Amino acid sequence: MEIDWKSYDSGEFYDEMISSPGNPRRAARAIAGYLQRLSAKQLGRRQNAADLAIAEMGVTFTVYSEGTNIDRTWPFDIIPRIIPQTEWSGIEEGLEQRMTALNMFIHDIYNDQNILKDGIVPEKLITGSKSFLPQCIGASPRYNVWAHICGSDLVRDSDGTVYVLEDNLRVPSGVSYMIENRGITKRVFPELFRKHRILPVDDYPAHLFDMLASLSPRPLDYPEIVVMTPGIYNSAYFEHAFLAQQMGAELVEGGDLVVNDDDCVYMKTIDGLQRVDVIYRRVNDEFLDPEAFREDSVLGVRGLLRAWRAGNVALANAPGAGVADDKVIYTYVPEVIKYYLDQDPLLPNVPSYRCENKLQRDYVLANLATLVVKPANESGGYGMLVGPHASAAERNKFAGLIKHNPRNYIAQPALKLSTAPTICGQHVEPRHLDLRPFILQSDRTYVTAGGLTRVALRKGSLVVNSSQGGGSKDTWIVETGGN
Amino acid sequence: MLSRVAERLYWTARYLERAENTARLVKVYSYMMLDLPNGVGINWRQLVDISGAHEHFDRNYRSSGERNVIKFMLSDTDSHGSLLTSLAMARENMRTTRDLVPSEGWEHVNELYLFARKKLGAKTLPKDRYEFLSQIVMRCQQITGLLAGTMSHGAAYQFVRIGRNLERADMTTRMIDVGSTTLIAPGVELERLENRLWTYVLRSLSAHQMYRLYVRRQVRPERVLAFLLQDCDFPRSVGHTLGEIASCIEKRLPHNEEPLRAVLRLQRLVADANVEKLHTEGLHDFIDRMQLEFGDLHQQISGTWFSLELDDAVKPQ
Repeated sequence: MEIDWKSYDSGEFYDEMISSPGNPRRAARAIAGYLQRLSAKQLGRRQNAADLAIAEMGVTFTVYSEGTNIDRTWPFDIIPRIIPQTEWSGIEEGLEQRMTALNMFIHDIYNDQNILKDGIVPEKLITGSKSFLPQCIGASPRYNVWAHICGSDLVRDSDGTVYVLEDNLRVPSGVSYMIENRGITKRVFPELFRKHRILPVDDYPAHLFDMLASLSPRPLDYPEIVVMTPGIYNSAYFEHAFLAQQMGAELVEGGDLVVNDDDCVYMKTIDGLQRVDVIYRRVNDEFLDPEAFREDSVLGVRGLLRAWRAGNVALANAPGAGVADDKVIYTYVPEVIKYYLDQDPLLPNVPSYRCENKLQRDYVLANLATLVVKPANESGGYGMLVGPHASAAERNKFAGLIKHNPRNYIAQPALKLSTAPTICGQHVEPRHLDLRPFILQSDRTYVTAGGLTRVALRKGSLVVNSSQGGGSKDTWIVETGGN
Repeated sequence: MLSRVAERLYWTARYLERAENTARLVKVYSYMMLDLPNGVGINWRQLVDISGAHEHFDRNYRSSGERNVIKFMLSDTDSHGSLLTSLAMARENMRTTRDLVPSEGWEHVNELYLFARKKLGAKTLPKDRYEFLSQIVMRCQQITGLLAGTMSHGAAYQFVRIGRNLERADMTTRMIDVGSTTLIAPGVELERLENRLWTYVLRSLSAHQMYRLYVRRQVRPERVLAFLLQDCDFPRSVGHTLGEIASCIEKRLPHNEEPLRAVLRLQRLVADANVEKLHTEGLHDFIDRMQLEFGDLHQQISGTWFSLELDDAVKPQ
């Protein structure tokens, strides 16, 4: 499996490492040269070492359909994805701008609703949205920030433009893989870290902790911060445990918490009840509080919303924040940025068609074979149609779905997602990928250096989700200045 | 420490201990059945009674022959008391407390469960029953030792110790109850029969050798009773297990008044027992009373630290 970049060709796609056969991009030149000098045996040995390290660390991802075998390792490709720092700082700025505007939007929606009154976003879109929670109207979380932790998915098209594909403002996952991936690369390629200036990513838990602490309703040196998980059967349980451990926070389930008559949240410990100040909750809105939302939820805590509204506990993310990551609302984000910040978006949206609009819907229905159709309220790549790869029957099914409930669908041209060299059996081949950076926001904003690169391991596939056969790569933000 | 986590560790230890005791019990009982004369009054059915799950057995099995009873005790996954259920429950509880237990602990419990499931999952019961049961006992002991040797002896470990010792005390009294069986065997001298039965009781608790070493007298029911109930040094004697529980509760855990009172009451009950008299009458009732007290101790532990039902515990600090 010796690498020869001259025979590596990503065709019409933008490749993150090699600009044309034999020519690595500037920021990737050193590592491309290094990889090419490794013998097949050396390269294979390093991939094996990485696989072993993963098994050892127990990086696992649950897939619901696997029944009792709930732990499965998530494939990792050792060739890192390289982004020059000069480019990254622009992306970082764009993400900060986007998060700031989105948080202003959410706060406005649950309070004055100016953006609706001014007719920028149609009111019926909000009131008709499953993710708009009337129970949250009038609430004002600290700093008026609702989405404290966001994972935005970025993709690059064939001309090199980076687009925001979607924002995940509910309970985005994957950050633990970003950190563990870096740990593995350091073990596998220690010498490369000496040659390159690569921005670190392992300070994320410390930033997360500081951000959460800044939300505490009590001015304490050591606020009680907990990570709330739906439990062992959740696909991201590993991550919940990992983050709790890294922050030194307690990992709790709904049953561990109780809201007392004083509208404060307590956790049940062997010392009795202990007040909780901040909950980093990884439980979805609808299961958070059977008193306020789904009555049958056993994952939540009765009265939690009451305690939050009374300002006695901080919830990150705040309930209702998902109103801004609805895929239809997504199409309005450029207008949202303009409206609140009076700025042009630094990061573009993928051009999108709103199926609720008759003209646009007709276009979508006539062009299903070239479009990607997404439901407004799903994540994890579930329930979407990738037109170019779908059968006629699947396209017909979606045509029906769209006609039945146009508000629930948007469509986008199928982007030519960028590729990066990936080890596939005995060869290195281009595979499509995306990038999920994580943004933390309270009174300050922090963006991870890079993020989680997800790669579609099947040849030609555009679906990078871990639940559907994707893998991941380490992401390097590389300083190139002075060279 | 979270109450839920404390509770899961407690149950992990109880189920592990239960698995070990079940394996030990079935093994020794099988030997005993080979050894005692027919019609003596001891039969397979009594094994079901010792396990305390006779209602489930009666609902699901037509006869109480060896085959059924062994299946019920070892591989019946619908029965709360079977070896396989105990191991599955130990595994489930430990899986969710993995972050507090040394990772080898989880790996061993997981492997042990998979091993037992493979052996017991087959249509026919393992042919090498004795070998299999010995392995289960040994591997449970290994896990106990691993936790003792690698886990910090803080609050979390105390719940492991409490669970293990309470389960052990419970099983020891159940075994003693076997000795209260009225033996009928025309033509055989009663005293000899009795002694043989009590020797098996000792063996089923791995207590025979230590009895020999420390009591140094012929096996007689009242001496065995004293050894298994009141001895403070033998780890499977009720007196010792209660001492362990008391020390965990008293030294390391908060709000311990109620549970401590329950242990002290049990300790007094055991210390005051007149073994000479118990042997000839009232042993079964005495054991029943102990069982109730164990249940109460569990309620106190659970109410104080797990469910926070008791008034003292619920008050916010």
